[in-house]
Amino acid sequence: MTPFIKAENVCFSYNTGEGKKIEVLKNVSFEIAKGEFVAVLGRNGSGKSTLAKLLNMILVPDSGKIFIDGKQISADTMTEDDVYEIRRKIGMVFQNPDNQLVSSVVEEDVAFGPENLGIPSEEIRKRVDDALDEVGMSEYARHSPHLLSGGQKQRIAIAGIIAMSPSCIVFDEATAMLDPSGRKEVMATIERLNKEKGITVIHITHNMSEAAMADRVIVIDGGRVAMSDVPEAVFSDVGKLRSIGLDVPQITELFYELKKAGLDLPDRIIDAGKGEDALLSFFEKPRN
Amino acid sequence: MSTITLQNVSYLYSAGTPFEKYALKDINVTIPSGRITGLIGHTGSGKSTLVQLLNGLLRPTEGKILLDGRDIWEDEKKIRDVRFKVGLVMQYPEYQLFEETVRKDVAFGPKNMGLEAPEIEERVKMAAFFCGITEDLLDKSPFELSGGQKRRVAIAGVIAMRPEFLILDEPSAGLDPVGRDTILGGIKKYREETGGSVVIVSHSMEDVAVYCDSLIVMNKGAVYAEGDTREIFSTPEKLYGVGLDVPQITGVTEALRSKGLGLPSDILTVSEARDAILSLAKRRGLL
Repeated sequence: MTPFIKAENVCFSYNTGEGKKIEVLKNVSFEIAKGEFVAVLGRNGSGKSTLAKLLNMILVPDSGKIFIDGKQISADTMTEDDVYEIRRKIGMVFQNPDNQLVSSVVEEDVAFGPENLGIPSEEIRKRVDDALDEVGMSEYARHSPHLLSGGQKQRIAIAGIIAMSPSCIVFDEATAMLDPSGRKEVMATIERLNKEKGITVIHITHNMSEAAMADRVIVIDGGRVAMSDVPEAVFSDVGKLRSIGLDVPQITELFYELKKAGLDLPDRIIDAGKGEDALLSFFEKPRN
Repeated sequence: MSTITLQNVSYLYSAGTPFEKYALKDINVTIPSGRITGLIGHTGSGKSTLVQLLNGLLRPTEGKILLDGRDIWEDEKKIRDVRFKVGLVMQYPEYQLFEETVRKDVAFGPKNMGLEAPEIEERVKMAAFFCGITEDLLDKSPFELSGGQKRRVAIAGVIAMRPEFLILDEPSAGLDPVGRDTILGGIKKYREETGGSVVIVSHSMEDVAVYCDSLIVMNKGAVYAEGDTREIFSTPEKLYGVGLDVPQITGVTEALRSKGLGLPSDILTVSEARDAILSLAKRRGLL
């Protein structure tokens, strides 16, 4: 099967304006399957956000190739319409909820994308209603977005993307500014879109428990792909993650420490519930 | 040691319009001195309004803010002095840097206080030390730095004023784990070595569990709970009810305890959990 996204030896650098170039991505290659939920981890400045912006042509690579749905995207050969089509297919949700809402009424905000696509108004109505329903915000359709909580604003931003029927959504630290319940709301929405609607999800985050929810974790370090595997495997390598400057979920760290101290516990624990079960059964074992 | 006390403080936004809304309603609280206090609460609970009231950026609609027993608004002309005593680092302060060099940027506050050059120099060094800003960075342009470094420069600019209360609104938001530990670790060191009082607004329960001595919990414009960090996190249900959480590790040990494992009820960090579980394993002859 053709991967939905394929990057081949992608390089990207920024010009500093003084003739200096800063290499951000160095020969990055990876594939993402249709319907996959991928978390991207990396330190500040590692190139995560640059990578995200290359996928829907906000930025264009210096060299290397990016394929979406089997077709190479290229600023040289594509028409403006083709570029818009890529941006419709790959939506992005950013960190600050206040920077991405454009209208003073929730439903108008959600309609902004499909209106720009020139979709007939009855169809827009349906898409807006469906999208708000999808993120659990239907009752706020006529509200003013600036009075909503951070988590609700992010769900409105997500609805605006869904209304364009994307195949993939990139969340660029979309939970970073939210309180614990806002984070939970947004993560539940992301999981549902992925599992029920089959939307491919790329979730860039510094929160290790969120990354543990993904099918796969890609770790970017110094502009290169340092790790790419199921979360259980990535987080078991506590030493490597620490050397890169990243954390593991607290439950994983606890198991790492307990095993180091000699307790006979299972490997690859990244989920709090599974960790609790493992500890309960450890303590239920008959005494020697 | 300085104290800040809020007496019946309310703050009304858009007063006199159809949108008027209480951001804070009848707050009575004393900010602990000589400690690191975490200010937590859901979005819109009034945390940011509260911290802006503490240093006189906002004026309460009702009630008084007492700094060392005196109403900070008693003499409006002296509000500037309050801002030197209560230093506020706002959210995303890295966007507020403006000087040619890091050194000048950090010196801006002390210079405005009218201090002499050697004293300013001394304070820049001290602030740079706590914020992990190395000597070679001091003569660079702030705009050449990474996001995390810029944020540390902005925090140093406030620390250089040697405020009696250092208040930081989400100092680690958006930073990676190393950036977060550098900033919060530096603040901890600052408190230990200077004895100053610190208030940290945060959405990260893991961070406040590690770094804060006490907590003030806000809900819907009111103080919902206050106390030692350990005490506040020992009743998770109370926090869930107001859109907050406990650190993952506290949730795990709490769940194990409720299923009959003999663990303490006040575990806040991974190392505390490790020690408690290991000692339980020894008692049961499993280690």
